Amino acid sequence: MMNDNRNGSSHRSYIGDSILRTEDPHFLRGEGRYVDNIKLPSMAYSAVLRSPHAHARIVSIDLKGALEVPGVVGILTAASLEPDNFLIQPNWLVGDINVPPHYLLAREKVNYVGDAIAFIVADTRAIAEDAKAAIHVEYEILAAITDERTAMDKSEIYANVDDNLAGTFNLNSGDYDAIKDDADHILNFTLKNNRLIPNPIEPRALVATVDSSNDKATLYIPTQVPHLHKRWIAETLNWPENKLRLISPDVGGGFGAKMHLYVEELLVCIAAKKFRRPIKWTETRSESHVSTHHGRAHTQEIEVAFNNNGLLLGMSVHIYANLGAYISNMATGIPTVNCLGFASGTYNLTAFKGRVDLLLTNTVPVDAYRGAGRPEAAFIAERVLDRVARYLKLDPYDVRELNVIREFPKKVGLSEFDSGSFSAALKTAAEKVDYKHWRDQQAKARSDGRLLGIGISNYTEVCGVGPSWLMPLVGFDRGGYESAQIRVHPDGKVTFRTGSMPQGQGHATSYAQIVATELCIPFEHVEVVYGDTDVVPIGIGTYNSRSMAVGGSAAFHCAQKIVSKTKSIAALLMKSDVANVTYANGFFCSSELEPGNEISFVEVARVASRGHTLPPGESPGLEETYIYDPTGMSSPNGCHIAVVEIDPETGVIDILSYVAVDDAGTLINPMLAEGQIHGGVAQGIGQAMLEEVVYSDDGQMLASSLLEYALPKATNTPMINSSFLSTPTSTNPIGAKGIGEAGSIGAPPALVNAACDALSVFGIDHIDMPLTPPRIWHAIQEAKNIGGSK
Amino acid sequence: MNTLPTQLNINGKDVLLLDVEARDLLALTLRDDLDITSLNIGCDTSQCGACTVDIDGKAVKSCTVLTVQAHNSKIVTAAGLSNGSILNSLQEAFQDNHALQCGYCTPGMLISATALLREIDTPSEEQIRDALKGNLCRCTGYQNIVKAVLDAASKISSKTEAKLHDE
Repeated sequence: MMNDNRNGSSHRSYIGDSILRTEDPHFLRGEGRYVDNIKLPSMAYSAVLRSPHAHARIVSIDLKGALEVPGVVGILTAASLEPDNFLIQPNWLVGDINVPPHYLLAREKVNYVGDAIAFIVADTRAIAEDAKAAIHVEYEILAAITDERTAMDKSEIYANVDDNLAGTFNLNSGDYDAIKDDADHILNFTLKNNRLIPNPIEPRALVATVDSSNDKATLYIPTQVPHLHKRWIAETLNWPENKLRLISPDVGGGFGAKMHLYVEELLVCIAAKKFRRPIKWTETRSESHVSTHHGRAHTQEIEVAFNNNGLLLGMSVHIYANLGAYISNMATGIPTVNCLGFASGTYNLTAFKGRVDLLLTNTVPVDAYRGAGRPEAAFIAERVLDRVARYLKLDPYDVRELNVIREFPKKVGLSEFDSGSFSAALKTAAEKVDYKHWRDQQAKARSDGRLLGIGISNYTEVCGVGPSWLMPLVGFDRGGYESAQIRVHPDGKVTFRTGSMPQGQGHATSYAQIVATELCIPFEHVEVVYGDTDVVPIGIGTYNSRSMAVGGSAAFHCAQKIVSKTKSIAALLMKSDVANVTYANGFFCSSELEPGNEISFVEVARVASRGHTLPPGESPGLEETYIYDPTGMSSPNGCHIAVVEIDPETGVIDILSYVAVDDAGTLINPMLAEGQIHGGVAQGIGQAMLEEVVYSDDGQMLASSLLEYALPKATNTPMINSSFLSTPTSTNPIGAKGIGEAGSIGAPPALVNAACDALSVFGIDHIDMPLTPPRIWHAIQEAKNIGGSK
Repeated sequence: MNTLPTQLNINGKDVLLLDVEARDLLALTLRDDLDITSLNIGCDTSQCGACTVDIDGKAVKSCTVLTVQAHNSKIVTAAGLSNGSILNSLQEAFQDNHALQCGYCTPGMLISATALLREIDTPSEEQIRDALKGNLCRCTGYQNIVKAVLDAASKISSKTEAKLHDE
């Protein structure tokens, strides 16, 4: 597989190669560089006292006992932060949003279980925890709200947010009400998209330190967006941004949870300056359940108008989105821009009417989590298709075939699909799973009293954000570009710097593949650097499946600049016109010279560094920067089909077969892309079958640790049959779409559709996620009591 | 506070800790006091397995062990599996099969898999999944981890076969 690449003499393209990851050996030797591993001289540890109540007035805080614990350095409360009273500002505000004040430490009131009240700094972790336990807070408990559907009818949490409604978003295309009158049938139903905890296995950890020689602060932080985080911290604290450096060494999973601005990030910085010592903070897992932001949490009221043959005419969708107690970083954009416009999925609709209500409740704030709005949307589209099919007693495959979009580009609502294989994916997945075989098996099983079900999910999404000019139009206060820098060292080796920040995606490998290919040099000669805002000058980060599409395009263009400069140097060395010089396989050739006079990339690098002979206008050195601003986003798509068997005695669901056919355009490294599908589908299995955050009526978070919150284990996931189609996008030069979130978008509908298909013999139309055995069992019992099995 | 001296052997090296508090967990002693970061902490209820180490031949979640309980034990972490920078067959199989993404669960996963392969030469997929159900991974969906263990098992057993034939 790997050619002998001495002297760049056997260069090849690395695009599409499943090259093994260069980052693996250090992880495998147990040398991962996670932030909690960092120890600095005289480092202090910290802990956060959090509210045990969902909604309460703070009557008093007594720190006396805590401050007397030996080894305590100091304790911050809201009083310590007067008169600045720093506020966390959300970064994405879609439309007019009433933003409740979010202080770093609770002033006067706590608004959810987990709300931060005090920040304790001590010599050791244990002492910080001991001191925390010695703090006495008196509360006056207030009524708590947890449910988004009824929040508007409850008393207000904040004076400036009437009815707990932070904002509303409407989207209409065509005339749904007119369409509705013409339809043969109307179906109404409610869906719940269950609240989830992202739970990367690495809990959040921070180390802040200030260099007293120049008053510059360094924050070690596992973030998906180092440059954005730097800006937000500086803005919030009013610190000069040139005196702040953020370093992300290795990040142990992100999934969206590590791209929001959290109070602890500001508190460690403040404490580091105040106490003149490095400060570490690490959350425990139980703590993370109430301190790291959740995902999903919608109630969705759906109405679909359709004809006798299964043709969809229009859809009306009303989403109640639970934002939690404060508006998190991207929170208002996820249920609106990222979701509502895609609720029609891969299907043609004549009319769409949609509304999102953004509700505040006394719960952990909700924000982006793998898929960020698109799983919520795909779930709507795919349940609609199955409900329509079942209503008309048609095969769900046929109804999809009838409605799927076949011509591109296509605009439906907000969604602009540049290209796609919506129909081909459906067909291919059905072939791979052997759909007909399973329908036969299902018929046999039914006659034996066994419950077999097949579920299809033919999803799409739009990702790879995005054109910077578009961002302010939707209230997104950040750019959509990505940066690339290439430094060619005097010996021809390359350092590539990117604004991307991986949390397991394998960028050290995939970016090297792109750069080595475009520079026609060996893969091993490229070093990839990220995660240090002093080293990478500018960037946006890794989320929304954008790194290859946006960052990879930046790398591509940056490499072209290097090739252009090296060509002009080579032309000078070969005394030729640059128009007659070509570059391939690591060598520059001139058509004006005999063969045998080629000059290598390595030689040109050497010449550039000496500066002795350079073309007029060229400066010494070989370093280029390219900031790529996308001209569009792209629409990956796929079809997942799940086959399940349900044990009617226990409600246990067994996944018999899982086929995923995904189309992300050009795949830089297919092995890495497949890994993303496996992981995404596993998280989809988590959502569909295992995970749920449950709140008691008084706002207690009952999923308080991994004892109560069921993350998928090795015994919960099947072997996934994963394959790819490739419809490259023309919206970027490498044709890459995005693949990181696809699995979590495609899987839940496939699984729920399969389970409902299996249970349709009982007349069961729908069961909410997660499809735990008790839920299935109860649904069966209830159906038997009502109507008996058919 | 009660403290006790505790003797440990970690990855072949003897360590004497003079003042171990009775309440100290082995996972935290290894990481915070001894700077051994070839195990990670991912939870506080012993679910996740990121802290799994080998203690006297058994894969153990080190968050379930008081440091003083490990007195005179031989502890091996993922760092002790490789020979300097050279990966062993299992570690190589993990790389060959893309069995890690963010790497956080990997040290614990490797120790649990090692313990399995000590017990069962050629485990089935089901046996592997069962042996690893105490190690949570959020990135890989486990598929490639299972493939890696199957791969390592076949390579190790064919090496053993070859050795036996040579003898």
